[in-house]
Amino acid sequence: MSKIRILAGTKKGAFILTSDGKRKQWKVAGPLFAGWEVYHMKGSAADPDRIYASQSSGWFGQIIQRSDDGGRTWNTPGSTADELKSPDGFPKGESNKFVYEGKTGTHKWYDGSQHPWEFKRIWHLEPSLTDPETVYAGAEDAAIFKTTNGGKTWQELPGLRQAKGDLWQPGAGGMAVHTILVDPKNAKRIFVAISAAGVFRTDDAGKTWKPANRGLVSRFELPDPDAEVGHCVHRIAMHPSRPNVLFMQKHWDVMRSDNGGGSWKEVSGDLPSDFGFPIDVHAQEPDTIFVVPIKSDSEHFPPDGKLRVYRSRTGGGEWEALTKGLPQRDCYVNVLRDSMAVDSLEPCGVYFGTTGGQIYASANGGNSWNAIVRDLPPVLSVETQVLR
Amino acid sequence: MIRVALPYHLRNLARVDGEVQLETAKPATLGTVLEALEERYPVLRGTIREHGTLKRRAFVRFFACREDWSHEAPDKPLPQAVADGEEPLMIIGAIAGG
Repeated sequence: MSKIRILAGTKKGAFILTSDGKRKQWKVAGPLFAGWEVYHMKGSAADPDRIYASQSSGWFGQIIQRSDDGGRTWNTPGSTADELKSPDGFPKGESNKFVYEGKTGTHKWYDGSQHPWEFKRIWHLEPSLTDPETVYAGAEDAAIFKTTNGGKTWQELPGLRQAKGDLWQPGAGGMAVHTILVDPKNAKRIFVAISAAGVFRTDDAGKTWKPANRGLVSRFELPDPDAEVGHCVHRIAMHPSRPNVLFMQKHWDVMRSDNGGGSWKEVSGDLPSDFGFPIDVHAQEPDTIFVVPIKSDSEHFPPDGKLRVYRSRTGGGEWEALTKGLPQRDCYVNVLRDSMAVDSLEPCGVYFGTTGGQIYASANGGNSWNAIVRDLPPVLSVETQVLR
Repeated sequence: MIRVALPYHLRNLARVDGEVQLETAKPATLGTVLEALEERYPVLRGTIREHGTLKRRAFVRFFACREDWSHEAPDKPLPQAVADGEEPLMIIGAIAGG
């Protein structure tokens, strides 16, 4: 029988939850990296025992951790003294060394002035679909880095910041590459999303990037209706069978693109609020999508104290509330952008973590939910792995 | 032999218990001690001082003989008691918000 592993990053460490394919009984292991913020953990599709984790702290900075045995043991790749020396004895790069390429440059600051890029942390790790040694990393301040040696060294793909980076501006949560989607049919095509800059696409494996924000309307933040960058995109998602179709949860509005980000149309439909953070796509039904509406950008909790996942089976526009097993009174948690994931079992499993420390799971495509753990630190990210 | 006391999280990261003992170039300074520390424990590179600039990270503090050395020049000789190993150089995570 298949097994499933949930990788949960939290404000105070990481946790690994495991179950068999029935997804009823769960074991919780952790905390790993106790006391550190773990923004994201993700396993390699090419080698599920290879897992990468982004560990950071305001005191001690960024650490990259790697497990080669499914999360039982962890190491900082390339951090032995021997690995860090070239044959000539000179120090080489390190696994936690994220340095912007070339002239650092500047981006727009809150007061409209220009401000130098400053590396703060890695928000998101996206392993290659085919090579366990290759991983993309999304950084705050916004940039994308790549390793091809299992995380020992990282190089920026500087072309992203050349896509009008001087006009990008941080939102209240910072300015980070928080989503990286690699086209499963064409590894040279990659989408990233940045708050608060928008969506960007490369078709040449990261050398050059173009904004992909046509159709986004951000009237409160961007008076210019044709602004190419500056949109506060919270999350984008795709189904692997249909990489030209993208779904987006924007600061306000749920959006859909049917042409690889060439243009977007709104599909918020009858949602009780079109504000929110995560969005994800059903593993077997490419037009079934999930969001968690949040009351507003100034309150960051569910409308009416009711935690509801909304599901659309029509690719947006028409939505149904999923409430069975979720708290329907006095609930004021948030669900952050990287905190929702699906599994590839049938029926599809859907999972999300909250800032209240719960991880909710549905083993039936969202019809009913169960808190598989209740009292973790605030959950920053949730990923799944199906082990066959 | 210089004694260095690391904060909890960096001891875990470097996988050491208690103080670290290091041989350093003479005279012993913050710079030579951190150089020796990072040479022995490469995982600590970037956690105490920033990559590239080698500036102390904002919420890391240095204490020697009960005095705050956080703002001292990296090439200033440390107190003799630290250089002689009678007192540790203390690297501390600042008590700073939430």
